[in-house]
Parts: sequence; structure tokens; C-alpha cells
Amino acid sequence: MNGADIMEFFIDHSRCIGCRACMQACEECDTHRGVSMIHLETIMRADSVQTAPQVCMHCEEPICAQVCPADAIKMTAEGVVLSSLKPRCIGCSNCVLACPFGVPKYKAEINQMMKCDMCYDRTSAGKRPMCATVCPSGALTFTTRENIERSRQGMAIREWQFGGETVRTKVNVLVPGNVKKIDVSIQQIGTTGTDEYDVANLLIGD
Amino acid sequence: MAKPPITIPELVAQFGPTLNRIPANGWNAEAEPDRLVKTHCCFCGQQCGIQLKVKDNRVIGFEPWEEFPFNQGRLCPKGVKRYMQDEHPDRLKAPLVRNEGAGFVPVSWNEALDKVAGEIQRIQQTYGNDAFALLGGASLTNEKAYLMGKFARVAVKTANIDYNGRLCMVSAGTAAKKIFGIDRSANPWSDIPLAKAILVAGANVAECAPITTNYLWQARENGARLIVMDPRMTPIARNADLFIPVRSGGDIGVFNGMLHVILERGWINREFIARHTTGWEQVEEAIRKYTPEYAAKIAGVPASMIVRAAEIWGPAPTSFLLHARGIEHHSKGVQNCMAAINLVVASGRIGREGCGYAMITGQGNGQGGREQGQKCDQLPGGRDIENPEHRNYIAGVWGVPEESIPHKGLSMVPIFEAIHEGKIKGLLAISCNPMVSLPNNAYIREALEKLEFFCQIDFFLSETARYADVVLAGSLMEEDEGTTTNVEGRVIHHRKAVDPPAGARVDWQIICDLASRLGAGDKFQYRSAGDIFEELRVASKGGICDYYGISWERIDREHGVFWPCPSPDHPGTPRLYEGGRFNHPDGKAHFQAVEWTPAAEETDSEYPIILTTGRVVSHYLSGTQTRRIGALVDQYPQPLCEIHPLLAGKLGIAEGDFVKVESRRGSVTVRASVVKTIRPDTVFVPYHWPLERAANNMTVRAIDPVSNIPEYKICAVRVTRVSAPEGPMAELQMEAGGVR
Repeated sequence: MNGADIMEFFIDHSRCIGCRACMQACEECDTHRGVSMIHLETIMRADSVQTAPQVCMHCEEPICAQVCPADAIKMTAEGVVLSSLKPRCIGCSNCVLACPFGVPKYKAEINQMMKCDMCYDRTSAGKRPMCATVCPSGALTFTTRENIERSRQGMAIREWQFGGETVRTKVNVLVPGNVKKIDVSIQQIGTTGTDEYDVANLLIGD
Repeated sequence: MAKPPITIPELVAQFGPTLNRIPANGWNAEAEPDRLVKTHCCFCGQQCGIQLKVKDNRVIGFEPWEEFPFNQGRLCPKGVKRYMQDEHPDRLKAPLVRNEGAGFVPVSWNEALDKVAGEIQRIQQTYGNDAFALLGGASLTNEKAYLMGKFARVAVKTANIDYNGRLCMVSAGTAAKKIFGIDRSANPWSDIPLAKAILVAGANVAECAPITTNYLWQARENGARLIVMDPRMTPIARNADLFIPVRSGGDIGVFNGMLHVILERGWINREFIARHTTGWEQVEEAIRKYTPEYAAKIAGVPASMIVRAAEIWGPAPTSFLLHARGIEHHSKGVQNCMAAINLVVASGRIGREGCGYAMITGQGNGQGGREQGQKCDQLPGGRDIENPEHRNYIAGVWGVPEESIPHKGLSMVPIFEAIHEGKIKGLLAISCNPMVSLPNNAYIREALEKLEFFCQIDFFLSETARYADVVLAGSLMEEDEGTTTNVEGRVIHHRKAVDPPAGARVDWQIICDLASRLGAGDKFQYRSAGDIFEELRVASKGGICDYYGISWERIDREHGVFWPCPSPDHPGTPRLYEGGRFNHPDGKAHFQAVEWTPAAEETDSEYPIILTTGRVVSHYLSGTQTRRIGALVDQYPQPLCEIHPLLAGKLGIAEGDFVKVESRRGSVTVRASVVKTIRPDTVFVPYHWPLERAANNMTVRAIDPVSNIPEYKICAVRVTRVSAPEGPMAELQMEAGGVR
């Protein structure tokens, strides 16, 4: 497989319609036993119908694995950060607290952390991850970078700035062309700019 | 004597809805399926390709079917969980007979079928043939829809057969026939991404046709500008170039206002109009007064929005119109659709790549279900039951005298009115659930209670089946084989995945068994659903919806075949009207001048708020199937009343409060969802639930005079904050109609 054929994961939040097909399909995986590893956030339903899917971003230097005292979170040669290994995970939840994207979840009933592994069972067998296969809006896509560049207006980036920390991820997000990395600074939280979605305001006109 | 034999809570305890949550073989990563069956989702008109995993004659899961071109593996949550309707604890596995005080008692098939046939004959001998009516559905395969129409005319010999597509597609179909001469979307979906301007009118695509979202977004990537008209900011409206929060019932204001501006700016295609259309002068006259300011008053939106819409649509090189129930579910539904389609015809942008229009069918076989003759005014092939030539042809196919075929009967709502009037005494229904889906629910219940005999064919005991004297245990889609026709007009193949459970029968065999008992067995000698398709092909030959050249083998080979397909060597017709050739005898498109009229019930001081109803993404139609699937119920467990904070504040209502939404006909008590994404003069309640949670308790029994579609999208209500509901209905589980 040469570089052009490498399949990558792309998220386009602007396409998401909140239908939850991704979650419903994720929980169908026999190893998840009815629990979805993908999270869908309803941002502020009172103000907007906007929703945002959250898969594991598969960091190049996964902080979840770094903080794991039991070395239970492994990375594959392809850069996929796997879910915790059952014999190793001690259920301490360090990873849950450390992940900047809020991905790992501690499952008390099995005393183990579980998270998205980009359907490693499928992707390692040449299939696409389940969520990115069923997603009806194309908000989640698993394809080549070349194909995304040809078919989408947004720019695929995978660099995040959390305060002083730069995080590079295997998973891409599609953003307007002038954005080079996503700056997640604390000041942004709470400013939603939701008035543009208030139907009452639209009806006032200009 | 059609009343529930025991109380509703007792029936719910016995027959559900119960939630199915675990696959048939449990969560078992080791168990490889015996086979993957390539088939389709049954939960909307998109008919997405899907593979069902089957092991030991049980459906145990799904796998995306990425090769099927329409959805390429994409599915909505309903598609993902569709397999959970199989191996369901509520599944009916025997014919049931009503026993007052005891409930429904299993009987032998012979006893049940004899009773149904006997009652049909008794009622018809006493009151006349038309006193027994049939109701079909648009979730039936083409084969079953065809069979129902033939069963009505040849075996039961009643004029009164109609189907629940009457609640869904008839406004769109009537408008398309009047203007173009064919009731079908004009283009394959592959044309959508090629359009530079897209108008989505009254279609909550993200929730009701989720797969279409990707087509819309792909058009946007290609530079299209998207206009969305809806009283609510739906998920696709959020990212549209222009969202027009139109007042429910005000759509003609937008359409005529747009056309007024387009004409004024010189963006109409005069050459196309001259060569390929009639009736433009009348339209030009009608739209003269629809200045943006006048139109805006009707539409309830700023005039500038109408001008902007015209500026997007008018000069676009290519364009696509999509409309759905939002403009169709009105007592002027046909007028609404015609006003929208006028915009397409005036632009001349139809019948070529990236140019056209589509109606988004809602029900599983919303397209095919309305072509095969189960409508009160129709014979197979989309033929007219009052046209002597059409009658003669079908009489020949059926081997009956032409004069034995009944004439036009009553449509769905008038059938219930005739029951009230005592003109219809008996009813047999399949694939429909009027106790949830018809307007003014109390009126429907009273009608069912007046029937002398009612038989329902169903796989679960639906809210309507509770009123039956006999319930015949029929089949799910995956337990039988057949074809449907998707939203594009693509005829596709539903493969059989499993046998029906012991004690249940496939629907078409039940119909044939009844026909035989009614003395018409020689006309219903089918050995398989494939035999029915072979007859359907011939019956459709030469009709508008011509399937003659389609075979199941071709469908499998070609991933579906688009009708009309008049001969086996014909490629099928993905795009209609190429070269500006329309299907009227003169070959032209017939403009229809449209004038706005008010709704049957507008708001007043007593009922000052507009109620509009619709769907949510995790439920299908009346919920008979999806309210039995745990994961889909969890996603949207009970109906909520969407209300804008300005209105909620005025009424003293906060998020999560219980509110009573009340019209002159009835009410629901549900929780409030206070959101800025809806017009402040309008509330929304989704309709998938029964009893005291049924949005159709409130809706008005007003129908379009031509299409006979009910006015689900606008009636007048008042909303008040109330305390938590009590009583046996409120205490039911949410999926059964309770409230939490």
C-alpha cells in the first residue's frame, strides 16, 4: 500500500445531523456488548440543533497511554491507540482524567476502561470503521486524504493547541481553509454565539 | 363489535410494546453468521441497502452493504437497529380471535380464515358489497400492494379500498401528475450533488430521510447554495445558505413570491416555457400580486428572505427542488406542491444532469405502494379506474369481465366517515395503524367501535389491531420476498432472510387463502411472490408505471431498475423528461396557477398557537415496529412539545415542565422542550405515539379536496402548564403511550 492508498479518519462537524447512527452502530460490535465507544455531544439543544461526534482521536503521543500505571493501553504499528487490555487494566481512570478529548470511559461493571479503537478488528481486515461506514451525513468518513482533498472544501488538519500543549492526532478534522490548528483555549468556553440560531431573531429580518 | 376485549394496560402487558435489546444470539463475537442476506431497510422510502446476518434461521445482526450505490453502506439509526424487530417477544405467532373479557385467543388458521371470509360475505349480503372496506399500506411490497388491489376488486368485489399512502404521498403525486403527467421523482439522487441551487421545502431531511443529507452536503462541497423552508431549524437548516422559517401553511407565499421576483428580474426561461409548457400566462397573472411584501405576510417571514431565495434560485445554472410532507400535509397540499414545481418549470431546469426535482417518499414502499392499484381510484400500472381502456386491459389480465371491476371508491379518511355514517360495516386492514396515524384520533376510535367486523393482518398487535375481531399473524419484510420502489423510482429486491415463525404466515398467502374462501381462488393461484411479480409486470405493461421489462434477476444484476422500463432490453429510466418531453398527450408540462388560501383551522383567541406535527429520526411512522426496539426508544422515548422560549416564557413554561397541548378535538400531555429553533408562534409534537400521547388527538380532520391528504401540519391549539399526568395510561411504559 503506497501513501496515496492510506485510509484515514476524517470528522466534519458541520455535516453532523445528530442522528446517532454512529453510536447505534458502534454498540452493535459484539465486543462492546451494546455500549457505544463513540460519543455524540448535543452542544446546547436549547439554542441550536448542533451536535458533535467524538471518536478517539488516536494521538501520536497518546497521553492516556502515558499516564497508565499498568501499561494497559497499547498502540499499533499503524498508530491506532487500542482500548485497554483486560488483563492489565486496573480501572484507575487516570486515562479518563488525562484525555484532552474526553474519550476513555471507565466501565464500573467490568472494572475496565473502554474506548474507541477505530474498529481495529475491521480496519486491520481492510474494512472501514463501523461509524464512518454508516454515517449518513459524511460527518464521519474513512477514506484517503487525496479523496477528501478532491471532494471537500474544508481543510483536513490534525494539530490541536491545548494551552501550552500541542497535540497531534491520527484522526483529522475538517475546518475552513484559513485554520492551521485548532486552538482550544479556556477563554472560548462559554461563548456560544448562539443568537444566529434563534428563529425569533431571524423573523425580525433586516 | 370492534372494541378492545380487555383493558389497554392488560393488552399492553400481554402483547407489548416490549423492548427488544439483545441480539437473537446474544452478544457473541465468536458466532459467525451462516450467511449475509443482501436486502434493504424497511424503515423509510430511501430503502437503503443493508445486509442481514442470519444464523439458524434467525436474524442476528447487520453488516453495511457498501456496494449498493444509493447509500453505499450508509444507514440511519433505524437501519442499524432494524434487525431487532426479528425474534421479538411481541411477535404474533397465531391467528387471534377477540373474546370479550378474556382478550385475544389463539385459534387455528382454518377457523380464523373461515370467520373472516364468513363475515365479509355476511356483511356484503346484508348491506351490499361496498359495505366492506379494505385498507392497505405503503410498507407493503409491490407484490402485496398489487395483490391487495386485485383482492378488493376480484375477490371482495368492493369499491372501497385505499391505503395509508393517502396520509403521505398523494399531494405530491397529484401535483406531479397535473404538471408533468407522471407521479414519480423526476431524477435519480445522483443528480443532487450536481445542482448549484437546491430548495428543500418542508422536508426534515436529517431525521426523515437521513441518507439524503450526504447528497445535499456533497452538493454544497461542489458549490451549491442550499435554501431550506421549515417552521423549525432542522439539522440541515442550521447549515443552509438560506433558512426560511416559514409559517406552517404559508409556503405558497414563498413560492409565488420567489417566482414574482424571478420574473421581475428576467430569470425565467422564456424559450423553454414557449416550447415545452402550457399555462404560463395564468401563472404570470396569479403571481403578479405576490410582491415580496405581500408574499412575506402569507409566509410569515421577512420579505428580504423571499428576495434572497429568488436570487439564489433564479440565475442558477442547475437546480434541484426537494419537497416532502411539510408542504404536502395540508388541505391545500396539492396547491403547495404545484406552486413549488412551477419554480422548476419556469426555470426550464429539468430533465438534464443536475436539474430536476424530487418528492421525498416517506414510507418504505411509498413510491411502489402507490402504483400497483391499492388506491381507491387506481388500477395497476398507475392506471385510472374510470378509464374504459385501462379497465379493459386489467380485466383481461385478471380474466374477469370489465363490468365486474368496481368503480372509484372512497379514500382513507372518507372510509372512516362512511363507517360513522353506517355505510361501511366491515373492515380488513394490513400495514396501517390508523389509531396512531389518522387525524382526530377520537373520531377514528369511535369509527372502529361502530364496525360490525374488523380484521387486521399484522406481525405485532398494533394499537389499531386491539380493536379487531380477528387478527391474522402476518409477516415481516425479511420473512418474505418481493420488490419495492425507492424514492428515486428505482425498483429494488427485498430478499427473504428467514421464514416466518411457526404459526405466522406470509401476507400474500393469507390474502390468497381469503380469496379462495370468497370463491375467487382460481384468480389467485400463485406459488410464490415471484409469480405475483410476473403478473404485476404484465398488468403494468403500457401503463405509466411500466415494470414490464424488469425482472428480479435484472434488479440483482443492476442494483435496481428505474421504471418506466417497457421491455427486457430497455435500460430503465433514471431521469424523466429528458429533452423537455413531458407525459401529457401534448408532450408539454402544464403550469398550474396557484392562489394561497388559509388552513382549515387557523389560530384564534381561544386556540392561539399553531401545532405542527412530524417525525423524529429514531422512529418510523406509527411506531408499531420502532417502539419495540430498545435502542431506538432510548434515543427518543416519549414525545416532547418543542416550544420557543419567548412563547414558553409568556405561558410560564420551563424546560421539562408537563404541558397540555389542546385543540378543539383532543389533547396530549407531554414534557416541554424549550428551544430557540422553532417559530415562536408554533409548537411541534412528533406523532409516533398512541393514546394520551398521540399528536393526532389534536390534528384536524380536514383533507385536500383533490388528493384527500389530511392536514397534519397545521391546526390551532392552546398550551398550558399542568401537573404530572396520572392514571393507568400515564403509568404505561413510554413506548406504550405512558409518560415520565
